[in-house]
Amino acid sequence: MEYVIEMNNITKEFTGIIANDNITLQVKKGEVHALLGENGAGKSTLMSVLFGLYQPEKGEIKINGKSVNINNPNDANALGIGMVHQHFKLVHNFTVLESIVLGRETTKNGFLKKDDARKKVMELSQKYKLMVDPDEYISDITVGMQQRVEILKMLYCDNNILIFDEPTAVLTPQEIDELMKIMKQLVSEGKSIIFITHKLNEIKEVADRCTVLRKGKYIGTIDVESASKEEMSEMMVGRKVSFAVEKQEQNLGEVVFEVKDLTIKSKHTSKNAVSDVSFKVRKGEIVCIAGIDGNGQSELVYGLTGLTHIDCGNVFINGKDITKESIRKRCKDGMAHIPEDRHKDGLVLDYTLKENLVLQTYYLPKYQNHGFIKFNEVREFARKLIDQYDIRSGQDEDSLVRDMSGGNQQKAIVAREIDRNPEIIIAVQPTRGLDVGAIEYIHKQLVAQRDAGKGVLLVSLELDEVMNVSDRILVMYEGEIVGDLDPNQTTVQELGLYMSGSKRSVKNEN
Amino acid sequence: MRTKLSKMLGNSAVASFSSSILAIVVGLIFGLLILLFSNPSQAFQGFGTILLGGLQDGLAGMGNVIYFAVPIIMTGLSVGFAFKTGLFNIGASGQFTVGTFVAIYIGVNWTWLPGYSHWIVALFAAALAGALWGFVPGILKAVANVNEVISSIIMNYIGMYLTNMLIVKTVFDQLKNQTLPVAASAQIPKWGIDKIFPYRSVNGAILIVIFVVFIMYIVINKTTFGFELKACGKNPNASKYAGINAKKNIVLSMVIAGAISGLGGALFYLSGAGKYMQVQDIIAIEGFNGIPVALLGLSNPIGILFAGLFIGYITVGGFNLQSFDFAPQVIDIIIAAIIYFSAFALVFKNLLGRVGKKLAKREDEKDE
Repeated sequence: MEYVIEMNNITKEFTGIIANDNITLQVKKGEVHALLGENGAGKSTLMSVLFGLYQPEKGEIKINGKSVNINNPNDANALGIGMVHQHFKLVHNFTVLESIVLGRETTKNGFLKKDDARKKVMELSQKYKLMVDPDEYISDITVGMQQRVEILKMLYCDNNILIFDEPTAVLTPQEIDELMKIMKQLVSEGKSIIFITHKLNEIKEVADRCTVLRKGKYIGTIDVESASKEEMSEMMVGRKVSFAVEKQEQNLGEVVFEVKDLTIKSKHTSKNAVSDVSFKVRKGEIVCIAGIDGNGQSELVYGLTGLTHIDCGNVFINGKDITKESIRKRCKDGMAHIPEDRHKDGLVLDYTLKENLVLQTYYLPKYQNHGFIKFNEVREFARKLIDQYDIRSGQDEDSLVRDMSGGNQQKAIVAREIDRNPEIIIAVQPTRGLDVGAIEYIHKQLVAQRDAGKGVLLVSLELDEVMNVSDRILVMYEGEIVGDLDPNQTTVQELGLYMSGSKRSVKNEN
Repeated sequence: MRTKLSKMLGNSAVASFSSSILAIVVGLIFGLLILLFSNPSQAFQGFGTILLGGLQDGLAGMGNVIYFAVPIIMTGLSVGFAFKTGLFNIGASGQFTVGTFVAIYIGVNWTWLPGYSHWIVALFAAALAGALWGFVPGILKAVANVNEVISSIIMNYIGMYLTNMLIVKTVFDQLKNQTLPVAASAQIPKWGIDKIFPYRSVNGAILIVIFVVFIMYIVINKTTFGFELKACGKNPNASKYAGINAKKNIVLSMVIAGAISGLGGALFYLSGAGKYMQVQDIIAIEGFNGIPVALLGLSNPIGILFAGLFIGYITVGGFNLQSFDFAPQVIDIIIAAIIYFSAFALVFKNLLGRVGKKLAKREDEKDE
């Protein structure tokens, strides 16, 4: 059998951790080969080895049957290997065309010759049905478009082996469908694709074969056609995973969190980002705010948590008006916030895990004495949370959070927020970019809080999550709440209508 | 015990130290090249003189080193402290200048103060003046998000011209175009330091500097205040999210940085070394030299202490170079080159990290 890529018995160690332990990956020509595994399973490390960013301790890499040495990304490029990173590496004030040719500029006497480049880009764009406008600026196009630019960039460099690193994490459902079509088109033209993901639906849809990694070890390679989703997730996690979220009988209490006529002006346009939003969350209830990204959810949460200024309206916790209170006061009043962007807002990446676990509570008498931090107490507390929430890292409480995997970073935030014993938990896309095991875990934690009589406000873009976890769904469209639905009496299709603004049941007073 | 030791020697501390040393070595080699270029026949002799630094005159020379190190350690601490909060305090010069003036003003005029408290009052007032000069950029940054680099550069000029004006109006010695001598009671006590280092300018200032280093180390590493400052420096968004009052911390950080610089000015000029403020349109060089000291010391208070002593040592070596046939400008260039190469410590730290990884890899391959 002819393989384009053979990575045989790759072993890569970091201090304290074997990231890749004797892993074998063989990709056939013209196939979409999925690489499946939880966070920290070693997918990224393996791809970094292939891309020349790391050197393996053991093992060999063969490209088209020939043994090769890949010392840096340039070597990888020369061998026709290209990668679309999870976080795009584009220059925002460049046009699409400039971004694609960046690093491969055609020049004449030191001047740029864009005409040839434009011709080639347009040909590629036609051939692979990757429609882009070459003169738009990167900052003006959608995330889905930016991804197309990244793909075109790889094709422009004549890469035949394309690596997609969790490409769907940032896309809307429609954009995901588009991407799937593009990937099929690419392989039909003879390219080979390695598709890194942990979303089983996508693997089922687009991949031919699938290699599963778990905790740095090679578990197996399977034909996607013949394997069920349940089998794949079991291989990935190492145990049976329930996709349905188990919930106890609902036990509704009093209103714990109330928002009244909330309005926040948009920073970019004259419209309101959040317009006249009112809702209540009761004890023992998970209220989910659904909607397509960019319909005011982020602004709403920023307003509720005190991170931005509210133009109009009030917010109450247990009947107490907290509209004008500082973030620390809100924290004391029982508000917990699992932020949308854990790197930007949720964590100080260059602090250790234990320091991050006391980020909001370091000033409490428990952790300080006359302004001096009680390091022993902090360490003990961190160890307790690490145990209780199974937060894994290289050096336990002393690990830099920057060195931890995304799933464990998120677990650290969830642990910190829940442990404060809050009244209301505002969780914004808490499972974004996480694998099945971690998603299941975080859902369980949220449901446990609900069952313990807390209020949970969940903001999510994932329809599965919206339907499975919530007790009540509020749909947000263009800054307004347009629907108040019961997940048991609605369908995904109906939800989609609300989300796209084609339907509304909450009356509009304007 | 063993684990503690290995932790202390754990990569980060050792890497920091060796990178600073490496930066110094590269700076010295560069200095040697300039020497060879300007006067090949005496280059190596001259280089030896620089390396011998303060030691050429034994303990007295070391006293001289300490005298020159005191102000730049203080400005280095000032810059380093602001770095921890993610602020670049390029205004150490202005803070240093106003601190100096206030100290001299009190030293000359407030002779009614009891002798034992005269110098203490002068030091406190100098710190206060420096704090005020740090407060302005701090509050502008916190309230209106004005870049602290720009506002503190402006404060440098305001400080310099204001000081010049006030000197002429209040404590001016017209014959010598400089400030009047301060009262003996305003000079910092010797505390026996002059017995160890027999040099007339040396005094207890270095003990005060060491005390400030100690306090700063404690504040940064052991207190909730330091925790907040570092969090704001490392990730302002997450600090806000965590309910830390970033604006308060920005202002406080600049105020403290300013106070340290102002105190530095007082410690330098109240030494009874025959050093006077002159009316000239030059921004105090000690403030700028604090930047490489902070960089060489990697913003660590203890690192800054030694970085300042090193640069004082090299400076004295430069003075001794005058006995050879080098143009005075060349001496300045060499010293400046060594100082500024030293500031590349961070670059070397990254470089060392990479080399270390490669070495480890090679060893692994050998083992197989």
